[in-house]
Amino acid sequence: MSTTAVHSLWTTAADPISKIPAPKIEYGQLSPTLIVVGAALVGVLIEAFIPRKSRYYAQVFVSVVALCAAFAAVVALAADGYGTTKAHIAAMGAIAVDGPSLFLQGTILLAGLVGLFTFAERRLDPAAHGNRVDSFAAQAASVPGSDSEKAAVKAGFTTTEVFPLLLFAIAGMLVFPSANDLLTLFVALEVFSLPLYLMCALARRKRLMSQEAAVKYFLLGAFASAFTLFGIALLYGYAGSVSYARIAQVVDGTVTNVDPALANTMGNDALLLLGSALIVMGLLFKVGAVPFHMWTPDVYQGAPTPVTGFMAAATKVAAFGALLRLLYVVLPGMRWDWRPVMWAVAIITMLGGAIVAITQTDIKRLLAYSSIAHAGFILAGVIATSKDGVSSVLFYLAGYSFVTIGAFAVVTLVRDAGGEATHLSKWAGLGRRSPLVAAVFAVFLLAFAGIPLTSGFAGKFAVFKAAADGGAAPLVVVGVISSAIAAFFYIRVIVLMFFSEPRPEGPTVAVPSPLTMAAIAMGVAVTLVLGVAPQYFLNLASQAGVFVR
Amino acid sequence: MSFPLLTATAALPAVGAVATAAVPAARRTAAKWLALLVSLATLALAITVLVRFDPGGARYQLTESHAWIADFGVRYELGVDGIAVALIALTALLIPFIILAGWHDADPLETGSRRWRPTQGFFGLILAVEAMVVISFEATDVFLFYIFFEAMLIPMYFLIGGFGDRAHAQGEAAASTQRSYAAVKFLLYNLVGGLIMLAAVIGLYVVAGNFSLQEIVQARASGSLHMATSTERWLFLGFFFAFAVKAPLWPLHTWLPNAMQESTAPVAVLITAVVDKVGTFAMLRFCLQLFPEASKWATPAILVLSLISIVYGALLAVGQRDIKRLVAYASISHFGFIIMGIFAMTSQGQSGATLYMVNHGISTAALMLVAGFLISRRGSRLIADYGGVQKVAPVLAGTFLIGGLATLSLPGLAPFVSEFLVLVGTFSRYPVIGIIATFGIVLAALYTLVLYQRTMTGPVKPEVSAMPDLRARELVVVAPLIVLLIFLGVYPKPVTDIVNPAVKQTMSDVHKTDPKPSVEAAK
Repeated sequence: MSTTAVHSLWTTAADPISKIPAPKIEYGQLSPTLIVVGAALVGVLIEAFIPRKSRYYAQVFVSVVALCAAFAAVVALAADGYGTTKAHIAAMGAIAVDGPSLFLQGTILLAGLVGLFTFAERRLDPAAHGNRVDSFAAQAASVPGSDSEKAAVKAGFTTTEVFPLLLFAIAGMLVFPSANDLLTLFVALEVFSLPLYLMCALARRKRLMSQEAAVKYFLLGAFASAFTLFGIALLYGYAGSVSYARIAQVVDGTVTNVDPALANTMGNDALLLLGSALIVMGLLFKVGAVPFHMWTPDVYQGAPTPVTGFMAAATKVAAFGALLRLLYVVLPGMRWDWRPVMWAVAIITMLGGAIVAITQTDIKRLLAYSSIAHAGFILAGVIATSKDGVSSVLFYLAGYSFVTIGAFAVVTLVRDAGGEATHLSKWAGLGRRSPLVAAVFAVFLLAFAGIPLTSGFAGKFAVFKAAADGGAAPLVVVGVISSAIAAFFYIRVIVLMFFSEPRPEGPTVAVPSPLTMAAIAMGVAVTLVLGVAPQYFLNLASQAGVFVR
Repeated sequence: MSFPLLTATAALPAVGAVATAAVPAARRTAAKWLALLVSLATLALAITVLVRFDPGGARYQLTESHAWIADFGVRYELGVDGIAVALIALTALLIPFIILAGWHDADPLETGSRRWRPTQGFFGLILAVEAMVVISFEATDVFLFYIFFEAMLIPMYFLIGGFGDRAHAQGEAAASTQRSYAAVKFLLYNLVGGLIMLAAVIGLYVVAGNFSLQEIVQARASGSLHMATSTERWLFLGFFFAFAVKAPLWPLHTWLPNAMQESTAPVAVLITAVVDKVGTFAMLRFCLQLFPEASKWATPAILVLSLISIVYGALLAVGQRDIKRLVAYASISHFGFIIMGIFAMTSQGQSGATLYMVNHGISTAALMLVAGFLISRRGSRLIADYGGVQKVAPVLAGTFLIGGLATLSLPGLAPFVSEFLVLVGTFSRYPVIGIIATFGIVLAALYTLVLYQRTMTGPVKPEVSAMPDLRARELVVVAPLIVLLIFLGVYPKPVTDIVNPAVKQTMSDVHKTDPKPSVEAAK
């Protein structure tokens, strides 16, 4: 007997080991995200290996190049038709490359670039011990007010880690609106949230407040993430899959080739309703919709202002993108269930944000409540459930993000001995001292208020039109009323700046470096261009308004 | 392609506004002259529009049409009918006088920052308002109109809040508080009106699919665009609300006295003689044409409101102690006449209303600007602080009297013709309302003559005794206005010729014909 024959007595030959097929990854189509992630990793290496003196320049250089390259990649993909005819699902069903994805990625990258300019500003704070400093803590780990903090300041440390953190956050935001299965969605959510929690804690001044804001944001954000994860689990239980397309099929009842093992448990409506409610809740937390908005004012106020501006703009873009995709791709079959709920959320968000904002006395808190009201307006467009709804939301987000970053960039300029002078009373008479800065801020406020010839009006008109077309006329009326309420407090700030006498001990307006100037100038330019000649961008948004399924 | 005359008429003051605002801080006087020249050049363009306009020609003339925001169905469409031509001419005519009258109103009191340029801002803002008013008279696209109807609030707001009347009894701090109160009240009232109109504008788009006035009117006339009765009424109310705030109609009028009282006299003229006309004009152009059935449905209520405006405004004017508030309430009364004329739905009424808009602009400008000169001399707005001015400053008193007589519609002065037409037009359809409205004239005589008597006649008050008479610059402002008042009072034909065809058109759009004279009907 040969050995093999003996062997075969008590063994049988198994099937030849089948090779795990290599996943097919379309690197070209994912290049925007990959470039940003790569640059973030390079940033980490820079922190490790480049001498402290040159880190700032190296980080800024790498980040700017990466964001520009990623934006160029988005434009190239869009020009190649991936936004329209070639839209498809890449990376084994994990990422959708389609119009909304590319439009939002482009918006996030530009907002990120402008945000980066404000991060890199080093002329506003007076130099400490001969070192130019930015808005971030010298050493985040040192206890506020301790000797180690003083030593860190004296040694001229700066937290250049913010640049890779920013890039990681941007990378997560790029994936978030294009995620095409629930797990990718969750991973993206965490990838952009964690760096944001960290960056919130890094303020150079008022460090305790900043850390408090970060803890609040982290705790509430962790809750929201947990809810989202739970919702994902329930939806998986419902559909037996985390893929958007598959869940949508199960919802519609058009699903084929069901795994018999799953057939029994599939299609339990309780799981569907609970699961989707929990996921939507997590997303509404990120956009700051009432009643999930409680974190917004505290975090906006406590975080370093450049981070606030970036967060207010880019997070909103990413989260609304994800919300749109979830509601339009996964859950259109149950819109009769979610629309009433979203109606209620939109109404209380618009009214709540506008009404509470009236009583605010801190400019950053005021802008926080204003951002809540704006979330409500955007939700009105989301509810439209039409192609117009998508494109109007895309357009609104693009306009809104530049106004927001610009407005917060102006906030960084108005300073007194304690750093930024954010209390409203200190802004009295700013128009007399620095007419230009006050005028620019007035432009942003008018855009927030939705006065014609600014991007705010075009955006508001677009979402309200979509909502009215989609049969949500009462929402439009509520939106119009809350716009009127909101106008009151924007106008109040303008009154304060232009019609009040300047205070003798009032703040001064710092002369920024070209970086912040560029950020503000870009904000003004986009606000006016989108207000006066929005047609090109509306076309773009309308071409981009179709999701791939 | 022909020269875009209408665009040029609106663009010139807009460009002038930017140029004026950009004049360096030290060259204040240059900014004033620049603004004046731009306003005169705009007047020249407006006169060209007037000449090129053919009263017997097409409905809308000198039209321009360009694609603008295709996604919203919005086109850049301009065109003027007789009503618009008359009002553009009025606007372009008044602005140079407003600038000239406000020559020193914005000279900086204290030196602020080196870059603080109130004078440049003041004149730039006036030109900006002119540009926006002109383009809203020209727009035949509802959305285009809406944009400038809303946007004009912003420069107006800065003019009221930033450049108040310096004649204030309680000192600068109180003045500043009351001024920003007036400015905010102005803005909020008008913004709320505008936002409600926005909802109606969106509603109109949902129903009609585009914003072109002519297309919608044609589609409705031909029956290809059907509007449910309730939809039409809601949309009408949305539009009318905004225009009624702007006009202003009782009970939405309360912002006007505050705004006129706190702003400088030229700005007060700008508000009441120019900007408010956009409201009444828009009722004629948009409310009646877009929503003829709903307009007829709402007529009784609107007539009653305008009647209340007439009587209530006049009564309150009688009781005022502040000269500028008095003129403001008088204006509310006059706007009541205008709105009554529009909604009486007779051709006399509507011609009268349009003529009234022009005449009220000129007469209020004359009265208010002279009142402004008077107030700046004495430093007080209270009627009780004056007395015997006619002995000290006879020319000032004389021009004030003519302005006042025009306000009370004395025969021979321009407002008489229009007021008469409005009353005749109203009476022929609604006799009772016409009769009650006539009391407005009686009250007008009361408040004007009492105002004149208390300020100009009687013993000379010691504070007034050294008051200088009108200066050359001030005469240049007042004299042409008075000449115009007399000319149009005797010979209103040039204006009515332009206006009447447009009024006939509007009447046919609402399917209304004049009622037959009752004597003829009896035969």
